[in-house]
Parts: sequence; structure tokens; C-alpha cells
Amino acid sequence: MASASRAIRGPGLSGDPRAFLRRLQSGDEIAHLTTLLFGASVLFITGLLVYELWVNSALARHKFGWAFLWTRVWDPIFENFGALPFLYGTLITSAVALIIAVPLGLGAAIFLAELAPPWLSDSLTFVIDLLAAVPSVIYGLLAIFTIVPLLREYGEPFLRRTLGFLPLFQGPAFGVGFLAAGLVLSIMIVPFIISVSREVLLAVPTDQREAALALGATRWEATWKVVVPFARAGILASIFLALARALGETMAVTMVIGNNPQISASLFAPGYSIAAVIANEFTEATGDLYLHALIELGLVLFLLTFVLNGLARLLILLTAERGAALE
Amino acid sequence: MSLRRIWRKVVNGAMLSLTGVCALIAVSVLFLILGYLVWHGGRSVNWSFFTELQKPVGETGGGMANAIVGSAKLLLLASLIGVPIGFLGGVYLAEFGGRTFPFIVRYTTDLLNGVPSIVIGIFVYSLIVLRTRHFSTLAGSVALGLMMIPITLRSSEEFLRLVPRSLREGAMALGASKWKTILTVVIPAAYRGILTAVLLALARVAGETAPLLFTAFSNRFWSSGWNQPTASLPVMIFTYAIAPYEDWHRQAWAAGLVLLALVLATNLVARLVLMRPGSLPRS
Repeated sequence: MASASRAIRGPGLSGDPRAFLRRLQSGDEIAHLTTLLFGASVLFITGLLVYELWVNSALARHKFGWAFLWTRVWDPIFENFGALPFLYGTLITSAVALIIAVPLGLGAAIFLAELAPPWLSDSLTFVIDLLAAVPSVIYGLLAIFTIVPLLREYGEPFLRRTLGFLPLFQGPAFGVGFLAAGLVLSIMIVPFIISVSREVLLAVPTDQREAALALGATRWEATWKVVVPFARAGILASIFLALARALGETMAVTMVIGNNPQISASLFAPGYSIAAVIANEFTEATGDLYLHALIELGLVLFLLTFVLNGLARLLILLTAERGAALE
Repeated sequence: MSLRRIWRKVVNGAMLSLTGVCALIAVSVLFLILGYLVWHGGRSVNWSFFTELQKPVGETGGGMANAIVGSAKLLLLASLIGVPIGFLGGVYLAEFGGRTFPFIVRYTTDLLNGVPSIVIGIFVYSLIVLRTRHFSTLAGSVALGLMMIPITLRSSEEFLRLVPRSLREGAMALGASKWKTILTVVIPAAYRGILTAVLLALARVAGETAPLLFTAFSNRFWSSGWNQPTASLPVMIFTYAIAPYEDWHRQAWAAGLVLLALVLATNLVARLVLMRPGSLPRS
């Protein structure tokens, strides 16, 4: 592909000046530069985004320094701001989401890639793609009126009876809280894990499966001990992508997490997440320091997801290269 | 048969059926969501929902006409910003790409696509709202438009790449210059795919709430022009769902149903009608 398109493109910008002039006359260089400008605008936008977040969080960065990240106080009245309760909420809800969503998503992906006949696999994947398109505010709406009351009446009392010896499952059942937010998040990220993992599993060469089966492995052993390890980088990438999404998810979490900046060992307790506090307090922020502290929270969130997404994309690139090398 | 062999068979059967159960759970979520929304929303949607403004707190009835129009305005302007930039960027990656620079553009686009929508909201707030000193439809549209760019860009690139090389070579063999080949041969061959890309990007940002909270804000009344804050369906769902009034919940369900129907219908049109097999030329 690359070599052929280069053949069409001919020599690059640095070629013979007369050839360059000819291409300029025929409009090719103009088209090239115009589209290049639009392509480069993505870099410009990303740069501008980082710049705006950096500049507009200056007050908070100077006043609190790195301690911002491990200060537990969030007091708008005395203008004392720390990110710890929000970081904790974001991480704990995402962890709950991953614990539920990874086995579920991976299992479903294995079924779709390895077991289901193509027509079934394709139609189920279609439904799952639709699930990924449901807006997060709709998940939040449903969660407020279904998951939260169900958790309060049945889920949390049940967990307290059975697993109540763990500090995770103690305390009064409010319904809203870390557990509700984690549950909604898990429902929201399952489609991403499924569709990326399924692609990765489908890309595993057939002879890997056949070799395992020929050695006498059962279908499950061939899948779990050969196909899944072969695809593990891609599966890891899908989990990173899902985690990045869970960390940054705003609306559904804001609607069910309880909006209380406290750190609590119990999953039943109401908490707060970075995205939720920005969504709730941004328009009410009085005073520049308050606003800058919120923007710094946004910067922290941006960096977290940026690194995770970057790692995931690298993993995908590496697996793509490995797959190409094997063929 | 040895015990070990039986055990392996049992594990095989159990784990394989478990994966089927996982798939079933994942898929049934969509039907639960749809069923619940249709059941609750269907009873709440009525004519006045589409034609009236909100009633003050305490009075029942009223609708979200201004939010529906507001969402439409936001999406229109967002597409005017996001689609040209994304599409032309996609043309660059698919047709003119070299080695290093397009790689950087592609990588950054994927990263930009992964930026949480609330961060895009902060970005546009500090870029536009802080400077103009007020919330506006324009700011909301810029936020949504920015989110459309990476989606449109990457999928336009994919669809342009699907156009067989022989078509390009044929056009160039007839003496067409590269830009003429792209304009008159490649883009027409890929137009269904590009339309799909645009529709999917629209459907994705149509439900975005977080970037609108502090750019377009909200408005109880009609918003005229592009410089006033405006109501939008997703933000209305959010405000109404967390409010303590029974009648507002009813309207949140109605708005949820309308929004989900719009988003899913757009997705279905894009995926089934435009992308049906054979819609792209084969080499």
C-alpha cells in the first residue's frame, strides 16, 4: 500500500524545482498544502487545549503546588482546595467498573469471536455497537430511577449480609455512591471492551487454533491458553481504552455518585469524582482561585486519560506490527 | 475415560457456555434500556412536549420546544465546524500522507478523540466564554464541533482508503492531476462512507451533555441568534432528572426517549442504509 501510493505521489516536496513548479501549476501542491493545513489543525487544537488548561490553572498551581494532589480538603469558602477526594472517587469507581466489565466483556468477546456463527456474531456486534452509541446522560437517567433504588432496597443490604465482614460493604445503604457509579460505568464500558477485543481475537491466525486443537486441546483450552495469550496486548489495549473512558465519564457518574467530597472505605458511601465536581461546581465557581482549582482538576483528568490512551494506541500499533511480521 | 479427561470436558463445556451468558447479558442491556425508556417515556411524550416552553416550577405540563430547536442549532453549527476540518484532514491522511508527519497527526487525532468531553467543555469555556464574558450557542457549537473533528477525520480516512487503487491509477493514466483525481474519482466513490462517518459523528455529539454545561449553558426561553445561552435536550434531561419534582421526571423520560430515538435512528440509517454491502466499489 505504502510503496504503491508513493509511486503515484512521485517525488516529494524536495524534488526537482521544475517538477515542483509543474505540480504547483496543476494544483496538486495547493491541494496538498490545504489538506495538510487541516490535518495539522488537530495538532494546533491539542496544543491550544493544553495551553489553555495550563494558563487558566496557574493560580491554583502556584498556591498549592504538588500538594494539590494529596490534600483532602475541598473548601470553597476558605479557598482551600485539594484533589484527593475526587481522585479517590474517580479511581475507585473506575476500578469497580473494570472488575465487573473486564470478565463480562472478555467473555462476550470470546463468544463472538470464537464460538458464535458469523451471522449471530455480526448481528450481536451490531447491537453492541448501538449500545456504545447510547448517550451517557441516558445511562444516568436510567441509573437514577432503576439502579439506585434497586441497590438501596436489595443490592446493598444483600451485600452487607453476605460480605459485610469486608470494610468495602459496610455502612448505611444510600443507593447513590461509589457502587452505583461503578455499576453504571461498567455497563457503559462493556461495549468498548467487547468490540475492540473481538477485533483483536479475530485477527489471531487460524493455524494457532488448529495447532492447539491438533495437539488434543479442548476448544476452551485452545482459546484460553493459545488464542487469548496471543491477543493479550490488544486485549490490554481495549482495557486501557475502556479505563480512560471510565475515568473521564461525566454525566452518568454525576447523577448517581452522591456528590459528597469524602474518602470512605465503604462502596455504599456517597462520594465525588473529578469529572462530577467540574460538572457541578464550574458555573457556580466564585472567585478566580476556585475556578483555577477546578480547571487544574480538569488538567489532571486530561493527563490521566492522555497517558492511558497513548499507551493503548502504542499497544495497538505494536500488535499490528507483530501481526504483520508473522504473515 | 480418565477422570482428568472428564474434568477437562466439563471445564470446556462450562466455560464456553459462560462466554455465551456474558454475550447474552451484554446484549440484553440494550433491550432493557430501550424497553424501560419506551415504557416510561412513551407515556410522557405528548404534543405539548414538542411545541411548548417549560412551565415554572410547580405547574405541571409544558414542553421542551426550545431545547429541541436549541439542540438542532448546536448540531448545525457544530457540523459546519467539525465536518470540513475533519473531512479535509482525512483527505490529507489518506491521499497525501508521507511517513512521519501523518503518523503524528493520526496519533494526535486518536488522543484528541479520547479526551474526556468535560475537558473539551473547560477548554471552550476558557477559549470563548471567558473572553466573551457570556455563555452562547456559538461556544456550545464550537465544543461539539471540536469533538466531531477527530471522529470525522479518522473515519473519512478509513473510507477513502477503501477506494481501490485501480480507480486512482485509471484517472491518472488518463492525464488527470492528483487533486482532480481525488475530487472527481476518489471522493465520489467514497461518498457513502463519508456520509456515514458524518452521521455517526453527529449521533455521537448529539447526546453529549458535559461540554454544553458551561458553554451553551441552558435557557428557560427561546434563544435567538447565536450569542445567547441556549437550552438543549441532553442538558435538559440532566437538569430535570436530578430535580426533585415528579412532573420534571416525567419530562426527563420523554426527552430521554426522543433523544435516544434520534441517536439510534441516525445510527441505524448510517449503518444499515448507507453501509449496506456493495455500497463501496470493489477492486
